[in-house]
Amino acid sequence: MPLLRSLRPPAPHAARRWSRLPQAALLALLALGSMGAADPAVRYNELGHQMMCVCSCAQVLIECNHVGCPDSDSMLHLLRASVSRGDSDRSILEAFQAKYGPTVLASPLLTPFNKVAWIVPPAVLAFGLVGLVALIRRWRNTHAPAPAHAPQPGAARDRVRRETEL
Amino acid sequence: MPTFGSYALLLALALSGYTLLAGALALRQLAAAGPLGPAEAPRIDRIAETARRAGIASFFAVTGAAFALIWTAFTNDFTVSYILHHSNRALPGAYKFAALWSGQEGSLLLWAWLLAGYGLVLRLRHRVDVRLTAYASTILAGIQLFFLLLLNFAAPPFALVSGTIPADGFGLNPLLQYPEMVIHPPMLYLGYVGFAVPFAFALGALMMRYPGEKWIHITRRWTMVTWLFLTCGIFLGAHWAYSVLGWGGYWGWDPVENASLMPWLTGTAFLHSVMMQEKRGMMKKWNVWLIFATFLLTLLGTDLTRSGLVSSVHAFAQSSIGAWFPGFMLVVLAVCLFTFIRQSDHLQSEHHIEAMVSREASFLFNNWILLVACFTVLWGTLFPMISEYVQGNKVTVGAPWYNRIAVPMGILLMLLTGVGPLLAWRSASLRSLRRNLVNPCIVAGAVALAVVILGARANLYPWSDLGTFYSFLVWVLAAFVVTAILSEFLRGASVIARHTGQNLAASALQLTRRNTRRYGGYIIHFGVAVLFIGLAGSAFNQSQEQELGFHDRMRIGPYTLVCQSYTQDSNPNYDTEYALLDVFRGGRRITQMAPEKRFYAASQQPATMVANHSTLAWDLYVVYAGKNPDTGQPIIKVFLNPLVAWIWIGVLIVVAGTAVALTPNLSATLAASRARKATSLVSDREAVVAAGGR
Repeated sequence: MPLLRSLRPPAPHAARRWSRLPQAALLALLALGSMGAADPAVRYNELGHQMMCVCSCAQVLIECNHVGCPDSDSMLHLLRASVSRGDSDRSILEAFQAKYGPTVLASPLLTPFNKVAWIVPPAVLAFGLVGLVALIRRWRNTHAPAPAHAPQPGAARDRVRRETEL
Repeated sequence: MPTFGSYALLLALALSGYTLLAGALALRQLAAAGPLGPAEAPRIDRIAETARRAGIASFFAVTGAAFALIWTAFTNDFTVSYILHHSNRALPGAYKFAALWSGQEGSLLLWAWLLAGYGLVLRLRHRVDVRLTAYASTILAGIQLFFLLLLNFAAPPFALVSGTIPADGFGLNPLLQYPEMVIHPPMLYLGYVGFAVPFAFALGALMMRYPGEKWIHITRRWTMVTWLFLTCGIFLGAHWAYSVLGWGGYWGWDPVENASLMPWLTGTAFLHSVMMQEKRGMMKKWNVWLIFATFLLTLLGTDLTRSGLVSSVHAFAQSSIGAWFPGFMLVVLAVCLFTFIRQSDHLQSEHHIEAMVSREASFLFNNWILLVACFTVLWGTLFPMISEYVQGNKVTVGAPWYNRIAVPMGILLMLLTGVGPLLAWRSASLRSLRRNLVNPCIVAGAVALAVVILGARANLYPWSDLGTFYSFLVWVLAAFVVTAILSEFLRGASVIARHTGQNLAASALQLTRRNTRRYGGYIIHFGVAVLFIGLAGSAFNQSQEQELGFHDRMRIGPYTLVCQSYTQDSNPNYDTEYALLDVFRGGRRITQMAPEKRFYAASQQPATMVANHSTLAWDLYVVYAGKNPDTGQPIIKVFLNPLVAWIWIGVLIVVAGTAVALTPNLSATLAASRARKATSLVSDREAVVAAGGR
């Protein structure tokens, strides 16, 4: 294989530069994925926003503001203890889930079924955009642009055009 | 009065039933008869006219019922179960009025009342297009009939209390006792219900194979006004949540909030894509389904929040009537599908998109993203139910999920908001594209640099975390959008200035008046950009909680809060605890704030009254979180929320832009005034001739 590689003509400078784009994009993605500082206060705040108070107020744990809420104080205490112990985010979330049930998490964990929740909307968006591009290309190829002397549309549409264009 | 109200509802039901049946009969005979003979036409006209008049009368009947309910609230008539559960003697007058929409039965009555009001306007303006209006009126009567059936048989607002009548009512939900609640629900309902009108016109136009796109012209104002009401309703709700719920935010992706957002998203898509139908005869099927979907989503939203399928912090009314809605939605869907399949040959596109880089293509992408955003919101709202069905246990789909999935879609939309208006119809040349994009790109680049430099001073970088990264993108794109809009105004204004010698501001004003729809649209886009700038600030929210005794102080950002006193008070409606806090900035006292916690006597429920000091840079948002039972001292929670004021300013700009877009063009106004003048001259001349003069 190295021999084959050595026989390949050297890629032009521009092409080499473009070939680095995916690598750069991957690096950027990795950087984005690894965002989130290890500072305990930041982690406490972030994890507190990833869980719900279980007092049935339907509020994010760290934002629960009920007078005399029976749950949020003890939950926040437990969270603070887990963060200062250095437990990982995943293990803290799983521990809370085990103790309070799956509704304690403000967004579903990535279990095989819950992945559906995360994947479906971006997939619909991406497939739709690709489909639209393909559709427009097909329209463009199958329908020649109207000739300049094509019959003009109705008076109503003409009026709309006058009203909405300079 | 309850008896009067019940009979009024029964009368309204009969009148709506007649409007539907007689209207359908007249339209069926009209469609079946073909060219009418001189004997048949007046007979059918008479039936159609009686249907129209019955529709008008139904408004007065529903108004009578609504008046009866308000009257019972004001007279503290606790024999009526609804009033017993949603009012009390000490409730201030404005909130007694608001009791009309604070529960299940009342809010359904409000639906029916507003629908009857829209129907009244539509039927009074029937000369715009008599036949199309007859179709729309009949369809509206069908919708009205459903709500009146609910009110008469499933959720009667005048049901009487059995047994002993309590001396006082149980009171209004404390969360609803806030000035905005007098206006927010009617606004939201005006938006929800209003979409029934363009839906009825679209379905009617399809049923009668209405030629051309005139029905869109007729319904454009209806749709825009409805969209404006819904927009105002949503943001008044956000402002209410911000001011009353006391958790420091304005949007929690709650199912009730989601229910209002979904029809707004499809309605926005419709407002954009009808332009393609108007201008180029494209996307007819798509548009018809967009307005069908918008109306169905208003029903789904009502169902979601009333059936108890999803839990919400502010689903104030839940009962078994949820079972009625899926049935009605199925009927509506079946009618829509049947009509669409029968008449789909009438909806053939006259043109297709000719280039990827064109205004039409940008509308198509914008529509797709709006639709997927709507689907995402629906998916997130329903996923807990799907999970329960499949896995046997519910999961929560809350703000973190929406922030990760929906925010990127919002950013994509923002990009299209900037790029779309710069593209020409049919096909944009590379040269024009470069010319139009260069200034926005330069300004966006400069803003990106400025944000990075300013952020670095606070040790914040776009890559610090995902929220910061999204905010950075939003600000850069907002700069792009605003510059693109300003360039468009400048380009047009400078042409007028060259020809007229006016200054640029006067020219820009004239430009807007000449083409209100286009430039009103740009103003709306500008408002959206401002709104997004404010939303992006939420990534930098700070909060702090502290127990404060006399003269204790706490610091957040540039502010220092000093507790001057804390005490309690009471009035017939509620007891209150509050703290008086002096706020200092840079050593100077700038204001005094008094966050309070109320405890309502009738409902035995607490409520928060937030104190907020708002500036363009940030809101100092102070909550009285409670009292330490050991020390008796107040616990104060303070939030520093950046750029929130920009959200409300953005909404005001959107409202102004919509008002501009609804105003007739200057040339059209002049033409109308010239026509009026000509008519009056002709009339004068005719009068002179008739009088025998010259």
